[in-house]
Amino acid sequence: MKPPLFDYVRAETVDEAVAARAAHEYSAVLAGGQSLLPTLNFRLARPDALIDIGRIKALQGTAIDGDEIVIRAMARQREVEYDEAIFAANPLIRETLGNVAHAVIRNRGTVVGSIAHADASAELPALLLATGGAVIARGPKGERRIEANAFFKFHMTTSLAADEIAVAVCIPRLPPGTGYAFLEFARRHGDYALAGVCALLTMGAGGRVASARLAACGIGSRAVRLVAAEAALNGQKPDAASFAAAAKAARDAVTASDDRQASIAFRKHLLEHIVGRALGMAHGRAGKPFAS
Amino acid sequence: MSRRIAPVLAERSDDPRRAINLTVNGEAVTRDVSTRLLLSDFLRHDLRLTGTHVGCEHGVCGCCTVLIDGHSARSCLTLAVQADGSAIRTIESVAADDGTLHPVQRAFKECHALQCGFCTPGFVMSIVSHFEEAGTLDLSEDGVREMLSGNLCRCTGYQNIVAAVRRAAELMGRGGKG
Ligand SMILES: Cc1cc2nc3c(=O)[nH]c(=O)nc-3n(C[C@H](O)[C@H](O)[C@H](O)COP(=O)(O)OP(=O)(O)OC[C@H]3O[C@@H](n4cnc5c(N)ncnc54)[C@H](O)[C@@H]3O)c2cc1C
Ligand code: FES
Ligand code: FES
Repeated sequence: MKPPLFDYVRAETVDEAVAARAAHEYSAVLAGGQSLLPTLNFRLARPDALIDIGRIKALQGTAIDGDEIVIRAMARQREVEYDEAIFAANPLIRETLGNVAHAVIRNRGTVVGSIAHADASAELPALLLATGGAVIARGPKGERRIEANAFFKFHMTTSLAADEIAVAVCIPRLPPGTGYAFLEFARRHGDYALAGVCALLTMGAGGRVASARLAACGIGSRAVRLVAAEAALNGQKPDAASFAAAAKAARDAVTASDDRQASIAFRKHLLEHIVGRALGMAHGRAGKPFAS
Repeated sequence: MSRRIAPVLAERSDDPRRAINLTVNGEAVTRDVSTRLLLSDFLRHDLRLTGTHVGCEHGVCGCCTVLIDGHSARSCLTLAVQADGSAIRTIESVAADDGTLHPVQRAFKECHALQCGFCTPGFVMSIVSHFEEAGTLDLSEDGVREMLSGNLCRCTGYQNIVAAVRRAAELMGRGGKG
């Protein structure tokens, strides 16, 4: 099918885009278009205006600002994936992006667009939660910072207001030596995950886990932190027993209902399995320099 | 997909238009287009470049793949107005002017990597972009299959397409791991 009729606004500045958002009752921001265009082609969305932010200079590219990686709204997924400075600052970003769609989709799709879209099965919201990142939003009243744990509300629903634009996401630098891993199970490489997990392990005194951060996608109505699994690890020795206990504790985080792709029991099994494996991978990398 | 209930909008009959300037296969093109026109339809209907195929119109099948400023992209997920100012390459530009096939096309022919051919332009454009972009090609079974993962073929069963990628690498003197 073909997109419905809409007004097309090509914004040259963020202010222009924000003003256009306020001027239309039901507008949609057009970034890479890799999720928006399918919804338009199938007429699942009928915005009265598309606000194309693709040419706004201030929204291009990335920066490393102290302890944070700033990914602006028009930085394409592929560009972020290949950025060596970003890899050196936080290698989990590249590992996660490698599982988002196919290269051809990542050539156009943006990191911020995926996070604003907030599909419950998308990998990048889990990345933002696990790393403790934030979204920078700009609206008529100015700019605000929304922490990841307050951003994702439900499948495709965020705390971004209808008159706001996400101008960037910020992802913290990983302290050197942090163990990290992203793992997912999908039917085909590049498909949305049936279950996916981001794991971060910081080792502390006495070879025990000082802090574990885990977030999953594909298992419920939005990306979630696996708090029970984290609690099962903190202060423990990083061994097969504690990893198995954490993986088991993660099972209860599955709230998705049976669907045509997977039953609840299968998703719980997948999550337990990938959490266990991701922890093993993260532990294997802990204390070592980041390398691909 | 959006679950928001659409508000009642005034019925509209206007079809906003915009002028675009771009190059397609090296040729400068200026056209006035409907803002909702997809790049795929612009290429096929306005420019009559019907080698770019349209299957699913939601980014899944890959047969509409073209190169935008050197990077592969779905022309069904790009508005023609978004391509304003860009350089587009389509399957029509791949063979030489005298008809000599590109090594990727030659490899498809030699390896019998197509049957009906509907998916072929998209596969060729994806593979060409990978060959142009990647420093070292990953020619392992997994690497090639990942390279092809964004394109669907309902005829061949993929074996021969995997073989064609390796043959093309050989023809182009592009070794790789695997
Ligand atoms: C075949 C296919 C497979 C895919 N597989 C995966 C996958 O495995 N995992 C995955 O995570 N994704 C997948 N995707 C989606 C892809 O990652 C999208 O690129 C991404 O979700 C959206 O980014 P975008 O820049 O294209 O956003 P757009 O499509 O332009 O926008 C998406 C939504 O977010 C809003 N939006 C975008 N940017 C902003 C902003 N700056 N401020 C406010 N609102 C904004 C838009 O209004 C729209 O509602 C797939 C897509 C396709 C077509
Ligand atoms: S028609 Fe564009 S991906 Fe199928
Ligand atoms: S050759 Fe027929 S779909 Fe691929």
